[in-house]
Amino acid sequence: MSSAMYERMRANPKFQDLVARRGRFAWTLALIVLTMFYGFVMVVAFNPASLGKPISEGSMLTVGVAAELFMFIFFWALTAVYVKRANTEFDALTQEIVKDAWKENK
Amino acid sequence: MRRLTQLSAGLGLFALAAMAYAGPPVEGALEKSATNWHAIIMFCIFVTMTMGITYWAASRTKSTADFYTAGGGITGFQNGLAIAGDYMSAATLLGLTAMVYGQGYDGYIYMLAFFAGWPIILFLMAERLRNLGKFTFSDITAYRLDQGKVRTMAAISSLTVVCFYLIAQMVGAGQLIKLLFGLEYNVAIFAVGILMMVYVTFGGMVATTWVQIIKACMLLCGGTLVMFLAFSQFGFSFQTLLEKATAVHKLGDKLMYPGSLLADPVTAISLGLGLMFGTAGLPHILMRFFTVTDAKEARKSVLYASGFVAYFFNVIFLMGLTGIIIVGQNPEFFEGGEIGKKLIGGGNMVAMHLAKAVGGDMLLGFLAAVAFATILAVVSGLALAGASAISHDLYARVIKKGTASEAAEIRVSKIATICLGFVAIILGILFEKQNIAFMVGLAFGVAAAANFPVLILSMYWKGLTTRGALWGGYGGLVSAVLFVLFSKSVWVDVLGNKAALFPYTQPALFAMPIAFLLAYFVSKSDSSARAQTEIEAFEDQYVRAQTGYGAASASNH
Repeated sequence: MSSAMYERMRANPKFQDLVARRGRFAWTLALIVLTMFYGFVMVVAFNPASLGKPISEGSMLTVGVAAELFMFIFFWALTAVYVKRANTEFDALTQEIVKDAWKENK
Repeated sequence: MRRLTQLSAGLGLFALAAMAYAGPPVEGALEKSATNWHAIIMFCIFVTMTMGITYWAASRTKSTADFYTAGGGITGFQNGLAIAGDYMSAATLLGLTAMVYGQGYDGYIYMLAFFAGWPIILFLMAERLRNLGKFTFSDITAYRLDQGKVRTMAAISSLTVVCFYLIAQMVGAGQLIKLLFGLEYNVAIFAVGILMMVYVTFGGMVATTWVQIIKACMLLCGGTLVMFLAFSQFGFSFQTLLEKATAVHKLGDKLMYPGSLLADPVTAISLGLGLMFGTAGLPHILMRFFTVTDAKEARKSVLYASGFVAYFFNVIFLMGLTGIIIVGQNPEFFEGGEIGKKLIGGGNMVAMHLAKAVGGDMLLGFLAAVAFATILAVVSGLALAGASAISHDLYARVIKKGTASEAAEIRVSKIATICLGFVAIILGILFEKQNIAFMVGLAFGVAAAANFPVLILSMYWKGLTTRGALWGGYGGLVSAVLFVLFSKSVWVDVLGNKAALFPYTQPALFAMPIAFLLAYFVSKSDSSARAQTEIEAFEDQYVRAQTGYGAASASNH
């Protein structure tokens, strides 16, 4: 029964569309976070001195602190962007797919 | 079952009485007892409030779904607060403040690594977790694989992680209560263990979630207030703060450079991996995704949780830095009244001393009560995750093969909670002298190597078979534990050997690839008929993971 439902959903072109679009979006955001974070870890590992430099002459704010603060805010902003799009656009599409599968069922 | 709840109620009253009684008289000195009373009163208010909630929750906890996941009816915002509460443990508050105080910028790097796992969990895991899981994360790994074997493996690695994490929490609890209430370390450990048993056995996930929410609010308010008062002494100028801090700190200008904690590249990368992917493998965090109504709310909970966590980490960074001057330059907080000697109550007490310095006994009392509440709440969440691994996975699915009644399953999880409480007490006593922030790092390393690889492969890779999952899971677990055992922190510091067999303290960089490679190659070489059906079953699982059709829904009450 539910296996037949899954079969119909999988055959729906909208499902392929959903999977492709959401997958691309999620992986893009994930890669941004992973690249920035591990890029930062590499700098910590191989060039720590560069992080301790002041951001401008005489300032006590260092490059490292500024970079981290930016990442805290930026990563959180990315989660907000994802939740916004997933909870509206992608969820609406998902509901359509389930509805279509029910219709065919009748 | 009735007898059990009565028993735990009795134990709870006993613990409360012991604490109220053993407070000030032990300390003796008059000015000390004033401090203690503030904290005791605030802590008693917290315990009374949470006991009330537990009593209310107990009347709503009838089915297994209520017990494990609060019936799946928690909203995204509530769950976000609860996740943040689970994540911002006492080890975070005390350990990370102390780390910034002692190592400066290193502590901030540590915090970013703790935080960076959250976006990844949201993008790649949150909705699939909610769509596939029911009570524990083994529901997902065992979805199309051999129930008995895979669940046993997942339960064993969950319990290992829970035990490591419990050590960190219990040690923190003991030190804190010793300082604050003048109680013996061992008595404090017993009090925490027993109160935790009451919350969990009585109120299950409903009580645990609400205890967590209340505590998260208290922690956010308390931390913000201390930071605000401390930072105001520097005119809210980061410039002034750092000028003064680097002038007096023993590291001097090196305070704001990555330093000794991440001395070599391997440790830095391994730590980053362990903290990031460990978050995605912690059983008590994963379990929280099953308490919300649907994938939409699961996503929202990550958004709120990561917002609170990011905010609070920055508060802790400022607390640690202001502590360098406000605590580190005040002889009152050092043993023998001499700056540079050992801090009273141990290195982890910076946050507490800071609260006293900027807000007097009242604020110290409040923050101490918050920290104690934090420990109780996190320990409860851990115990519930551990107990559900025992009752839902091992008892109901492996031993009884799905034929156990709900009442029997709940009874087993209550017994398991009480056993875990005693295990926590024993471990807390054994590991008294370890650095607690460091213990959390170890728990994350094991979670990253033992739980995360199999979980992510089961959701994303169609080719995963039972045999591959078992090799990957056990391989990751055994290698992570051995790496930790042979590293300096256990082999030399605990067991007293001369030199460490494994040169690094962080296992993730080595243990994670072992888990992934074993899972991959063993699955690939598995040509049994069973493997073939498992691979075919991925298609239906995939549609459910994507659409949420057929996912466990909220129960109606």
